[in-house]
Amino acid sequence: MKDYEVIIGLETHIQLNTQTKIFCSCKADSWEAGPNTNICPVCSGLPGVLPVLNAEVVRKGALLAAAMHAHINPRSYFDRKNYFYPDLPKGYQISQFDQPIGKGGYMDLPMENGETRRVRIHNLHLEEDAGKTKTEHGERLLDFNRCGVPLVEMVTEPDLRSGEEAAQYLIRLRQLLRWIGVSEADMERGHLRCDANVSIRERGSTVLNTKTEIKNVNSIDSVRQAIGEEAKRQIELVESGGKVQSYTLDWDADSGKLKKMRSKETEADYRYFREPDLLPVILSEEEIEAIQSGLPELPLARRARFETEYQLSAYDAEILTSERSLSDYYEAAVQSYVGEAKAVANWMMNDLSRMLNDLGKTADQLTLNPQSLSEIIRMVDEGKINAATGKSLLKKVEETGKTPAKIVEDEGLSLIADSDALRKQIEAVLAGAPDEVANFRAGKESLLGWFVGQVMRSSGGKADPKRTREILLELLNKD
Amino acid sequence: MNLTQLSAFEVAQKVRSGEVKAAEIAEASLAQIKAVDGVSGSPEPGNLSPEEEKKVHAFIQITRDLALAQAEKVDRMVANGEDPGLLAGVPLSVKDIFCVEGTHTTAASKIIANFVPPYTATSVQRLTDAGALVLGKVNLDEFTFGSSNESSAFQPSTNNPWQTEYVPGGSSGGSAASVAAQEVALSLGTDTGGSIRQPAAFCGVVGMKPSYGRVSRLGLIAFASSLDCPGPLSRDVRDAALMLQAMAGHDPKDSTSSILSIGNYVEALEQDVKGLRIGLSPDYEAVYYPDLESGELHTEPIQKEVHDAVLYAAEILAKAGAEIIENVPLPNTRYGIPTYFVISRVEAASNLHRFDGVKYGYRTSENVADLNELYRRSRAEGFGLEPKLRILMGMYVSAAEHASDYYQKALKVRSMIRSDFDQAFDPQGSYRLDALLTPTTATTAFKRKAVYGNSVLMQYSDQMTVASNHAGVPALTLPGGLDENGLPIGIQLIGNDFREELILRIGHAYERLTTDDAWRNVRPQVLQGEVKA
Repeated sequence: MKDYEVIIGLETHIQLNTQTKIFCSCKADSWEAGPNTNICPVCSGLPGVLPVLNAEVVRKGALLAAAMHAHINPRSYFDRKNYFYPDLPKGYQISQFDQPIGKGGYMDLPMENGETRRVRIHNLHLEEDAGKTKTEHGERLLDFNRCGVPLVEMVTEPDLRSGEEAAQYLIRLRQLLRWIGVSEADMERGHLRCDANVSIRERGSTVLNTKTEIKNVNSIDSVRQAIGEEAKRQIELVESGGKVQSYTLDWDADSGKLKKMRSKETEADYRYFREPDLLPVILSEEEIEAIQSGLPELPLARRARFETEYQLSAYDAEILTSERSLSDYYEAAVQSYVGEAKAVANWMMNDLSRMLNDLGKTADQLTLNPQSLSEIIRMVDEGKINAATGKSLLKKVEETGKTPAKIVEDEGLSLIADSDALRKQIEAVLAGAPDEVANFRAGKESLLGWFVGQVMRSSGGKADPKRTREILLELLNKD
Repeated sequence: MNLTQLSAFEVAQKVRSGEVKAAEIAEASLAQIKAVDGVSGSPEPGNLSPEEEKKVHAFIQITRDLALAQAEKVDRMVANGEDPGLLAGVPLSVKDIFCVEGTHTTAASKIIANFVPPYTATSVQRLTDAGALVLGKVNLDEFTFGSSNESSAFQPSTNNPWQTEYVPGGSSGGSAASVAAQEVALSLGTDTGGSIRQPAAFCGVVGMKPSYGRVSRLGLIAFASSLDCPGPLSRDVRDAALMLQAMAGHDPKDSTSSILSIGNYVEALEQDVKGLRIGLSPDYEAVYYPDLESGELHTEPIQKEVHDAVLYAAEILAKAGAEIIENVPLPNTRYGIPTYFVISRVEAASNLHRFDGVKYGYRTSENVADLNELYRRSRAEGFGLEPKLRILMGMYVSAAEHASDYYQKALKVRSMIRSDFDQAFDPQGSYRLDALLTPTTATTAFKRKAVYGNSVLMQYSDQMTVASNHAGVPALTLPGGLDENGLPIGIQLIGNDFREELILRIGHAYERLTTDDAWRNVRPQVLQGEVKA
């Protein structure tokens, strides 16, 4: 068999998380709303109504363009994409065509082998979503709730080389969308949808062969599997002397199989023309600058900085930059903590992460703020409390909203580090165990651990273990 | 006092002062409609008696209850000493292409004959907020596609009140006829290629296409969105100014409506025309149209009486101190119709996509095998001939393989037409015009069935009006005499962007200067027997 290379381009639809739809004042999000309960004359295409562009859609679209290093078009246009389908109440979709809001750009994907794959972006444009249709009991039903939901359609160049790379792209894209706050990017809710164009060629060749388009690959696993399956199918076909034809395929995630939807021999003609009901979208130089300068440090840049600035491992840096709020939290905690940044990372990677998971919260939603976290770590470092107390404090602060110091004081959780008090307790333990003292002194030094345990018990766990050991040895070795 | 002869201005004055009640005005209008209108247009007209031939048939729906309720409100406000608005008690008809909440809004098409919108067009809302009374919805060419009113799915279509065997023009034929027949003082029409001005000229009334974006399009069922302009029809210029005053201005729900503040159109009428520069153009003296067989371009001079009326107006205005600038070139005017054929059809085809039998409006009652058949049959049965022709042509010239030859080219020609006007109105240019004076139509009204069926020739009746739609500039038509058959002649004043007040001022001056002309005493046929007040 020849050595083949898989060529993949992705077309993603990203639902922007604006309050309202793109051209009317219906809520943008209809999740779990009953069919046709979030519609109005504009989004359901009644005669005589007109679209009014939601400025927030433009801002978020441009912000995404900036994050993808794309050129932000100072003058973009809306166009009509004309076609008949029952879920499209106007009979045309208001979209952007030859002058979209963003052109070009790229995203760098860090690969497992340490290399970076640069995925170029062809363009990104704004458009309205269509509704949904389904067939039930032989009847075709329509739900227009989704009509007019703001989308960015973003198309990559054919720069991906495997299902895994495509999956990585979606993972990074999802992270980025949430990071810059333009989309909830919840694939299960259709906030991030994906179609994949797949073709194969012999390694070393530079031609682009006939591709197939896989629709509805709407989870990371689907992308990985569907592309894998399709590449395998194409290779087997070509190896057996066949020829790849331009199909549209549907991915059925339940069966893990590809289904041929239709042949794409003849391209549909959408008869695009400028939407005469809307003005051109003009962004001034100042506005574009403001968008670009409002862009936060992006995840990969921050990850690299965490590795060098805080000496984190690549793994830790990756986890701590998986979400923007988590990484912001980490940096704030490091700022208020005086010791090694690595220590804060350890606490966050283990105990704090667990707590976030259990509570289903993101870091910025915690009552336990970064300053409290660093205060707790510091108390453990200084021996004021033991590590177990520290961990339980995380939860207590989160639940009560009190400061760690206040809880330690109120509940008497600090370690007995005061030598006199501790010495008295130890003397009492020794006085109550003359046999063991004698055995120890006769050479059974393993009893030290037992003595420490007794002191811990009598102090209710508050004895500083290091200090306890020192005083015990001193008293036992005295005579 | 015959209340239906009063101008809108006079009605508002009398109602506001308490001299006449709005309810009386409404009743007078309803009586006049009853006297002259005949049966209302309907998709199932049945057999008509011969007398119906002599009726106007402007209305397809009379909104008696609505008008009376609005009149009651106006009268209550007057009684309470509140301001009932600029148009207090003024009877208004609305072209049935505007949505009015709770009334059928049909576009004179079978495909939405049963549509009742849950909202009111901004323009209608502003007029009724100013105290106007909506007497009903008036007939038009189906979806505004035509220049004679004959393509309406609601028959009988409107007749010309001057001579009922003639067409009223179109597409705002019902609007023009209802004003000419004194059924109402004002009508709200739309003008995409001449649809206010051509019927106004044919019916001997005033009609204005404001600048594109001056009046909100919200609630207007779109024909060609980049060309559509709602505007007033009235019996004199002051009424047109008054109506424009009430409805012009920015609408946040129409992104293409202008944010420029509006002028004081009524006040501007007080000024004379001294020193105004008014242009005449050789490009408005002939009609250029292609031979349907050979494609060869023919030139036909316009009707002599129409041309003479324009020259007469120029003379009158010159005497009053205006400066007449001759030979202003507008060379791309002759491409106005071919360009319009392409652009308006592309937009129309797209705008008509939503009428698909799925959500509202007409759906075939036949059993259908699949979705495509549902679309095909519903649209084939629901649309009349004219929408079908426009859809076919619009789809053709915007198809990927043809768009660069037709649609893209038409857009370029449109911008050339625009630059003709830019040069004529350029304050630093050679002509520095305040207005252009042209004929409104190449001929006076034609007879029913004379042109209908030849959709190309029909379109050419908009030759003198369409250029200002392409350019977006305002244009006013007003009566300028009668031809030898006693049919009205329209003369047109075209102004620069958002300079409506200038052309209204010139038009009003012309009216004053010709008050005593003999032709002004001639009445439309349907009003004969009635004594002029």
